[in-house]
Amino acid sequence: MKLTGAQIVCESLLKEGVDTIFGILGGQILPLYDTLTQYPQLRHVLTGHEQGAAHAAEGYARVTGRVGVCFATSGPGATNLVTGIADAYLDSIPMVAFTGQVGCPFIGKDAFQEVDITGITLPITKHNYLVTNVADLAATIKEAFYLARTGRPGPVLIDLPKDIQVEQAEFNYPEKVNLPGYKPTLNGHPSQIARAIKLISAAKKPLILAGHGVIISGAFDGLKTLAEKAQIPVVTTLQGISAFPESHPLSYGWLGMHGMAYANMAVTDCDLLIAIGMRFGDRATAKVSGFAPRAKIIHIDIDPAEIGKNVRVDVPIVGDAGNVLAALNKQVAPLEHLEWLKLLDTWRREHPLLDIRDSKELLPQFVVRKIWEATKGDAIIVTGVGQHQMFAGQHFFYDKPNSFISSGGLGTMGFELPASIGVKIGKPDETVWCIAGDGSLQMTIQELATVSHEGVAVKIAIMNNNYLGMVRQWQQLFYERRYIATPLNCPDFVKVAEAYGIMAEKVSRKQDVAPAIKRAMAHDGPYIINFEVEPEENVYPMVPPGRR
Amino acid sequence: MVSTKHIITALVADRPGVLSRVASLFRRRGFNIDSIAVGASELPEVSRMTIVVNGSATLVEQVRKQLDKVVDVIKVTDITAPGTITRELALIKVKSSVSTRSEIMQIVSIFRAKIVDVALDSLTVEVTGDEAKIASLYNLLKEFGIREVSRTGIIGMMRGVVVPSDESDGRG
Repeated sequence: MKLTGAQIVCESLLKEGVDTIFGILGGQILPLYDTLTQYPQLRHVLTGHEQGAAHAAEGYARVTGRVGVCFATSGPGATNLVTGIADAYLDSIPMVAFTGQVGCPFIGKDAFQEVDITGITLPITKHNYLVTNVADLAATIKEAFYLARTGRPGPVLIDLPKDIQVEQAEFNYPEKVNLPGYKPTLNGHPSQIARAIKLISAAKKPLILAGHGVIISGAFDGLKTLAEKAQIPVVTTLQGISAFPESHPLSYGWLGMHGMAYANMAVTDCDLLIAIGMRFGDRATAKVSGFAPRAKIIHIDIDPAEIGKNVRVDVPIVGDAGNVLAALNKQVAPLEHLEWLKLLDTWRREHPLLDIRDSKELLPQFVVRKIWEATKGDAIIVTGVGQHQMFAGQHFFYDKPNSFISSGGLGTMGFELPASIGVKIGKPDETVWCIAGDGSLQMTIQELATVSHEGVAVKIAIMNNNYLGMVRQWQQLFYERRYIATPLNCPDFVKVAEAYGIMAEKVSRKQDVAPAIKRAMAHDGPYIINFEVEPEENVYPMVPPGRR
Repeated sequence: MVSTKHIITALVADRPGVLSRVASLFRRRGFNIDSIAVGASELPEVSRMTIVVNGSATLVEQVRKQLDKVVDVIKVTDITAPGTITRELALIKVKSSVSTRSEIMQIVSIFRAKIVDVALDSLTVEVTGDEAKIASLYNLLKEFGIREVSRTGIIGMMRGVVVPSDESDGRG
């Protein structure tokens, strides 16, 4: 039977197991939206802005392990997706974005709301397509989903001209994809595994550095087995937070610009660094030439292009983190590193992060700690970008696998609210705390409408210091306190929440924090707490940014 | 680090936008292309690109890996080797007069190049060869005055016995 292009999209989405779409409609995607009325199985979540749709799809993808899907119309709808697509690209999030496009005869004529979105997104997608023949549509969607979720995941965009949505073709969803140029390597090469085992057996001060790739691969058990069997301490990257339980005796926090001093010291002192599913980003390494100067490096990553890109590597292993860890665990002998662990414990005692300084003022660290206490760690934390993000990383203790959702590579302010919507819709039974900055939140604050009309029961904690705090900190430390463009004049967030029909309250005293959090969690629905925190609190420790 | 010239060939799916994907990658990563040539290959719906890049071994390795990541790129090979056959075609329009014409024709014939157009005040020369040959001819013709030059960029092929490029990234 022949189906329209729009019906082919919907049928293909069902074949891919999609149940939720985030998006906004418009003229050139109307036929597809109209067809959604025939598919009640596909839940459509209307967001306030297309960037929100993309971040929500990311949040959904990150907690469900499925491909996030978003829809937008042509022109401005498509360009509004761009930040979210770039965010997904840099953090390796599986996503398929569908954009409407002007009809094929109008392409290249600068028609109303026409933009070359495949050209624009070329460097920020894993792949993209402009469909010009409805007969190719099903195979294109099959390929797009396959590319998005396999290998190193990432966003794929499909641009759908309006006439293609209306034209008809036979619907045959292919069983297999035909991509001769795309064959991700999933298993580590045996000879490299053997070389790695040799280095691990010989090392006196080995250290595991776990990144987001461990979480994407779901390699939590494999990582734990390697650490425990060979008694190797574990640090993570920022995006690797919650890859390894932080209360585990072998956990030594996370490294990088605002990471724990002892984690950075461990990297500097180790003689073998086993980097798993991470890419040596500059926020993690600072100056690359001074990174892990005494160590041989084993680098395990699914993307061959990451190996040797930023740091020299002694043993490269291309493969899926879970598969490579399983292969290593099969061969690695039980080891002990008592001296090394003792040294790390000393450093941890001497440079504690856990202490929150005694202050009459309400500190953001204190708020994060109280959320941790109230949830007993059983929550998913979603953050934006800035000081609140670092405090959320530092003062909540992540034992639950994949419980820290944050924008790492692109550092997108405004990520937190829409992403937390996607997280809560993806995991409705989990407690989801959106830890927001006052500046960050206001970049996508229109998504409070989405929270409200979709009844998304996220709990939102605004760390309100009336500043673009992280930039203010840089101005204080590196620009002699010339606070240009960082002081904010925030609206009354409680009134804003009321306007959207969301319960909210303001907290400015320490003793009111825990009761407010309790009320938020007891409330059956979304809840916002505006925490008026110490305005000029800084994030420490801090390693100044490195130069190459 | 030592910068050397590398000749990389890529088999690419004949899909719309593949050249722009490759070009965009080079621009985005800051790789410098000396030349790029694209044309049909021995396989249906597959083109072969020959890309000449200058850079350190590490950089060229990155180029190769990043190219490999482009979904429409099927296979990337670094064919830089002493015996590799490389050819380029150049059209050179050189000023000439009655007095210089025969001298130019002599030079052209020594290089086994061809005169493809004769006008009152110019000759157009077609020359095929490796870079060194084209450079030598160009330098000799420069003495007469060059009007216009157009070059195809290098294409290349390994000789009969194929030496695989080294796989230093540990892939199986």
